[in-house]
Amino acid sequence: MASGIKDKVAILGMGCSKFGERWNDNAEDLIVEAFIEAIEDAGIDKSQIDAAWFGTGIEEQHVGKSAVPLSMALRLPNIPVTRVENYCASGSEALRGAVYAVASGAADIAMAVGVEKLKDTGYGGLPQRSRGAVNDLFWANASAPGSFAQLATAYSAKHNVSAADLKRAMAHISIKSHDNGSKNPKAHLRNKITEDKVMNAPMIAEPLGLFDCCGVSDGSAVAIVTTPEIAKALGKKDLVTVKAMQLAASNGREAQHNSWDGSHFVTTRAAAKRAYQEAGITNPRDQISMFEVHDCFSITELVTMEDLFISSDGRAVNDIMDGLFDADGKIPCQIDGGLKCFGHPIGASGIRMVYEMYLQMHGRAGERQRAEEPVFGMTHNLGGFPHQNICSLTIVGKEGA
Amino acid sequence: MEVGILAYGGYIPKSRLQRDQIFKAHAWFNPGLKGLSRGERSIANWDEDSVTMAVESARDCVAPDQRENISAVYMASTTFPFQDRQNAGIVADALNMKSNIQTLDFTSSMRAGTAALTVALQASKGAEGPILLTSAENRMTKAGSALELTTGDGAASFLIGSGNIVARLLGSHSESVDFVDHFRGESAEYDYTWEERWVKEEGYMKIVPTAVNSVLEKTGVSASDITTFCFPVAARNVAAGLAKKLGISEDAVADNLQSNCGEAGSAHILIMLAKALQEAEPGDKILIASFGQGCDALIFETTDAIKTVRPNTGITGSLANGRADSNYNRFLAFNDGLRMDLGIRAEVDKNTGLTTHYRNRYMAQRMVGGECSKCGTAQFPKSNICVNENCGAINTQEDYSFADKIAQMNSFTADRLTYSPDPPAYYGMIQFEEGGRLMSDFADISPDDELTVGMKMRMVFRVKDYDTKRDFRRYFWKAVPVNATQKGSE
Repeated sequence: MASGIKDKVAILGMGCSKFGERWNDNAEDLIVEAFIEAIEDAGIDKSQIDAAWFGTGIEEQHVGKSAVPLSMALRLPNIPVTRVENYCASGSEALRGAVYAVASGAADIAMAVGVEKLKDTGYGGLPQRSRGAVNDLFWANASAPGSFAQLATAYSAKHNVSAADLKRAMAHISIKSHDNGSKNPKAHLRNKITEDKVMNAPMIAEPLGLFDCCGVSDGSAVAIVTTPEIAKALGKKDLVTVKAMQLAASNGREAQHNSWDGSHFVTTRAAAKRAYQEAGITNPRDQISMFEVHDCFSITELVTMEDLFISSDGRAVNDIMDGLFDADGKIPCQIDGGLKCFGHPIGASGIRMVYEMYLQMHGRAGERQRAEEPVFGMTHNLGGFPHQNICSLTIVGKEGA
Repeated sequence: MEVGILAYGGYIPKSRLQRDQIFKAHAWFNPGLKGLSRGERSIANWDEDSVTMAVESARDCVAPDQRENISAVYMASTTFPFQDRQNAGIVADALNMKSNIQTLDFTSSMRAGTAALTVALQASKGAEGPILLTSAENRMTKAGSALELTTGDGAASFLIGSGNIVARLLGSHSESVDFVDHFRGESAEYDYTWEERWVKEEGYMKIVPTAVNSVLEKTGVSASDITTFCFPVAARNVAAGLAKKLGISEDAVADNLQSNCGEAGSAHILIMLAKALQEAEPGDKILIASFGQGCDALIFETTDAIKTVRPNTGITGSLANGRADSNYNRFLAFNDGLRMDLGIRAEVDKNTGLTTHYRNRYMAQRMVGGECSKCGTAQFPKSNICVNENCGAINTQEDYSFADKIAQMNSFTADRLTYSPDPPAYYGMIQFEEGGRLMSDFADISPDDELTVGMKMRMVFRVKDYDTKRDFRRYFWKAVPVNATQKGSE
């Protein structure tokens, strides 16, 4: 395996807009809001940015195609700007482009911008749209919650977990994220909820009820990255560096070959092994300080605990109910509220996850700041469906860790 | 060469709308409908049309390995989904038949079913192989009309030719009379009907006896020798009245299935024939007579093979496989009888590129996937590179039909977010026992059904999407739980 990018790239500055129903803002307004925070945090002028990557998932709902909308919104000085799309992992893809550019030496300072404007459809949930001309001929009439709900039935069958026990663990996940989101001023959903409320909520796609589903939000997030040397030359201390970035794409095995049981993510497991190796992490359960996973649905978070090798197979329910992943637990998960409550503006989400790690490591997370100083933070950004998806993992941490 | 019926099958959609629910909705306007408010009628699901029902009945009639020599596919209906695109051709495609066959649609009369049968029997004498005849009907009826109560949906299929026939044709006779008891003009959605008493006295009771007496005379069969008399009309006691007038035994009068199915238009006489065959003994003489601008009368005699050549499910099995449905509003919604607010999600454009559709027709209409000739892995859709990670061979996949394979269900959901005409949308991962899998829509699931991981599923041909802007519909296959009454492919 390649030697990887560990400690070759440092985060120079980050920004994140308020997520939510931003009725009066265009995507460009959200981009500028996140950009201003990031560029001020980086302490540079935008003319110092050598290249930018722009992540959006459903561009037809807002900016349209290409990277031009980003370049125009920020009046970038004709630098290379690339638009990337990889389902809900589009934000991580933008970050990967920027990080790789710096790691390769092609750019000294690079920027990743993610944005999504989803609340212009006239209805709740993700936009219903064509899946592609050929796919439309035979794909099931599946929504996002319906696709991820499949995990629940397959997981229950495989691990012999009763539907009721699974639902309770899923409820715990959502309650925890609402608790965390209530402490986050930029979060879309800031209300606390109870188990009763989760259990009695309207069914969206069995067994996922309303509170098993994340918020669909408008928002933007920005990361500016550079080399550790340049960061230090710019006066930055206590650097947060990139330890690993790994991506895995389904190749059709889950969707078309009978070797997958439907209860876990093949891609997450493949990417996690590579990410831990790249970061030099041998025991993630003990070494990862905190993580943000792609909790589009409560069941996704549940199985991802096992796919990231934090919980052993079939034990996620126990770890969740033991409070291992609560804000004051051993390894907090979604300490910012996650997709569930911070919100899920698709193209921004991957960068938003890293934003929280960055804030926590700099002790700037406000009311939700973790007392114990984090060393390694991991983000998990997933796009697509359990049976065909993109998984993007990022590990960041203290320089030298 | 003696020709006759080689095999037969039938299909009645699962849902049975309770007539008292229809009557309850309209009693305020037309209390006279009370007389028709007993029993139940079959209703096609939202994703069924005459083509899909025809396909299901044809599958019931001929197994995949018996389709090789079929020389023609005829389809009869007055409710074809396409006015200009051969509907029999869609049926043939769904049955994964070769292109060197004749396909023909018969329509425009309640006699279309028997017309197709008569033509098939004549043509099969000189045909290179048996003719598959299928007939299905999915009639639109006005809310509050008598037809809404008396009609039903269903299909029947027959394999016509020579050889090991289950019933031989003794003779047939056709009377053509432009007697217009009802009609549906070029631009009309619904039938326009005339007074029933006149239809009975001047139509049924005069035209049918002429045709039946002629066929009795031609064949030398005496009326009293008729074992089963099938007459499809819904009106009460007409068949019995005709039998009395013709000298046919009262016991021979076949049930017109008003109580549990309803009259399925031009297909109904063939549905009754399929049921009569399923219940027949060798040597039975079955007289069928249709009515529509005249009358076709045919007499069949069953052979010893009637005991051994059986449909998978047949009309009898299909009728027994019903589910009572009390939701008249849903029936109206399915049939555009209500202006429903379907929500913005329903507005997604369902345009189908005809190039895309043609290029992928084996996948989309026949459910043909690939089988790797190197490692033997069955996979759907067929692709250039084998999905088996331990193989990965390039360009090794041979056509492999999934339509008749049995699958087990690995996971599922009931989705209330995605747009479905009948929410929740049920779908899940199904895994074929002999390899291959698919995230598949499920059909005919009711919230009362218990879905469990591991349960067996079979595939059915259904409408995948309606393109209401262009009046196109695309078909694909969906999974349904295997019933105890169905034998499946093994």
